[in-house]
Amino acid sequence: MNKTVLLVGVGGQGTILAGKVLAQVALNLNLDVKMSEIHGMAQRGGSVVTQIKMGEKIHSPMIEVGEADDIISFEKLEAQRYLALLKPGGNIVYNDYEIAPMTVITGAAPYPDDIEENLNKAAGEVKKIPAYQMAEELGNIRTLNIILLGYVAQSWGEIDKEVWLDAIRVTVPSRFIDLNIEAFERGYNY
Amino acid sequence: MSKVLLSGNEAIARGAYEAGVHLAVAYPGTPSTEILESITQYPEIISQWGSNEKVAFETALGGSFGGGRTIVSMKHVGVNVAADPLFSLAYTGVTGGFVLVSADDPSMHSSQNEQDNRLYAHFAKIGLLEPANSQECKDFVKLAFQLSETFDMPFMVRITTRVAHTKGLVSLDEPIKKEILPYEKNFPKNVTLPANARRLRVSLEERLQKLKEYNETSPINKMEMNDQTIGIITSGISYHYVKEAIPHASILKLGSTNPLPLNLISQFAQQVEELWVVEELEPFMETQISAANIPCIGSSGCIPFYGKDLLPRIGELSPTILKDKILGITPAQPVLDPQSPIRPPVLCPGCPHRSVFHLLRDLRAIVTGDIGCYTLGALSPLDSIDTTICMGASIPMAMGIEKVHPELAEKLVAVIGDSTFFHSGMTGLVDAVYNGYTGTVMILDNRITAMTGHQQNPGTGLHLDGQEAPNIDIENIVKALGVKRVQTLDAYDLDELKDAIRTEMKTREISVIIVKRECALISTTLTGKYHVIADNCVACKACLRIGCPAISFNGVHTVIDPTLCVGCGVCIQLCRFGAIVKDVN
Ligand SMILES: Cc1ncc(C[n+]2csc(CCOP(=O)(O)OP(=O)(O)O)c2C)c(N)n1
Repeated sequence: MNKTVLLVGVGGQGTILAGKVLAQVALNLNLDVKMSEIHGMAQRGGSVVTQIKMGEKIHSPMIEVGEADDIISFEKLEAQRYLALLKPGGNIVYNDYEIAPMTVITGAAPYPDDIEENLNKAAGEVKKIPAYQMAEELGNIRTLNIILLGYVAQSWGEIDKEVWLDAIRVTVPSRFIDLNIEAFERGYNY
Repeated sequence: MSKVLLSGNEAIARGAYEAGVHLAVAYPGTPSTEILESITQYPEIISQWGSNEKVAFETALGGSFGGGRTIVSMKHVGVNVAADPLFSLAYTGVTGGFVLVSADDPSMHSSQNEQDNRLYAHFAKIGLLEPANSQECKDFVKLAFQLSETFDMPFMVRITTRVAHTKGLVSLDEPIKKEILPYEKNFPKNVTLPANARRLRVSLEERLQKLKEYNETSPINKMEMNDQTIGIITSGISYHYVKEAIPHASILKLGSTNPLPLNLISQFAQQVEELWVVEELEPFMETQISAANIPCIGSSGCIPFYGKDLLPRIGELSPTILKDKILGITPAQPVLDPQSPIRPPVLCPGCPHRSVFHLLRDLRAIVTGDIGCYTLGALSPLDSIDTTICMGASIPMAMGIEKVHPELAEKLVAVIGDSTFFHSGMTGLVDAVYNGYTGTVMILDNRITAMTGHQQNPGTGLHLDGQEAPNIDIENIVKALGVKRVQTLDAYDLDELKDAIRTEMKTREISVIIVKRECALISTTLTGKYHVIADNCVACKACLRIGCPAISFNGVHTVIDPTLCVGCGVCIQLCRFGAIVKDVN
């Protein structure tokens, strides 16, 4: 199996943890994996991206134009920002939530109103998930990353659910395991 | 043993542990910070933050002279700060193995420049290893300690952001146990008086020559012969880009690159029909290969030789760039690439730096900045920083402007963070007192080194491992350095802060305002959230001028995003219509 996944969002939203779970899934499947993440300045509310590639043998950690099988986006505009990297016919899952970038707040640019249209044009399948609300219902908005991942797990289908659950158990701090498994289930069954 | 997933930085920490390292020191800086943070999981290693890179380097140096294995890590520009001891250490050589990790940042993901620190290794005349992935990070660090002791010289392990921050599979080994050697005084080796230095200078060339011979046959400098119509010499992450882009090429992968193994390179060149050097940033290897005339040494005359004439010297390489430039394959075009408004990094909601820049902009101050989260005060809508050069530059630069423009004295404000003040601000402040700067200095004390991910510093009262540390008081330091007008204020009280800044700017005497408030991301005192009463909002947008990411305008009135607001309350001080109120619950 080969998978190339882009996790995108706004600095501070928890893309890195979701990436770690995905990488652990690859590990559980005995695949080679590379996960490249951005630290530093962008983590301060900038646009952030975590890139994950798994397969027989992975050389470059970078995902380039037209290479991503899936884009998992924690925010609506960010889903569009990385469209160029999506494989023709690739899939997009995004959190249906808008966070205005400073350029919009200052009035330098409008928040685009044709994002859904663009996503539908470029992608094979687009799924919008009210992950913030779902996470709030769970009592912790930080679970939105695992909710999104739960949906992805179900949509890929080819990897046994236990492999995912096991990856969550290994990756998240022990006191949050139950909460995250519940989050995963909600995404999986969405 | 089983394989685990480690970032390059975590793998370097693991390598230090397996190599039996005794002492690890660093100053934080992206992309190097997690090296020391990961080392704290190995209690066998004494680990601590240094106040700056030179101090960290010299602490490690003392550990090495004392007979221990020591590692010091920093971002690329940190090596500029530590360069002075580095050049002398090359002369003296080491006692316990000494490894300097330089984390370079091609494409400047989090840096002010993209200098190629391989040139430092060449310049300082020390060993240089270039891992390409996490496994090599671990293996090369261990090897670097061996080589450092064998060749009696410090070794640089040079990584780049992609290597540092990419997680990959690593197989673990048991650590070796290294005894700390007994301390021995060694005047001819460890005291670089000119008479000794002249001898050490000669021995340095001899040590380098031996290292060059080793590099010719080192197991980490190896040929992977394949299709011989194209031969590629490469190192570091570029190796993986080559393997992905041109899997059929013959490759000479170099892991130990100073001094370059020119005989090995020549042997390789003679087996291929066309020679490329693929390296990020500077033509470090290419220039030396070219100077040695290697492309023309073979029996068949000169072979075609390519490098920076066709490959970019700026920014990171990628498989796409290599396919394009080497194989002539046109890069894929995106199916759809709609314009998206950029999302620059911003001061977080509740950031205590925000109010300062809001006021400095309104007071039309000329602001010399420094490096930290507060550098973001340069961006719109705060727009209030005039200069950013390097850590510690703010205070001396403000003074320099005053020297050539005395009429601007009442406008000048230098801003510097707490960690940066301890790093290299103190000497600048002493100098400003000594040389008669009359402007203002603001020390933005958010009680942490925030930008790099919240590291302790001498002012926070805690050590790297969370243990209690002496809490060094900035106000006392400032007074001791000779500043008479000093005050400490709260970042969230706009009126008080504004009065103070205005008064101190007007006063023709150096003054320091310490603005003290915990970083909002680690705050234990922030509670509650605010919201907008739509009916009261007159859409004057005064609250938008502070550039809080939680506050936006929906076309009719402003709104506060409850998922982002942390309740600092600065925005209500800007609203004259009572439209912003605290949530009740
Ligand atoms: C010589 C050098 N070392 C390290 C860095 C990385 N660096 C950038 S900002 C920063 C920390 C600044 O901390 P502080 O002054 O407390 O400001 P804060 O980010 O907390 O606002 C560091 C270490 C650098 N840019 N230059």
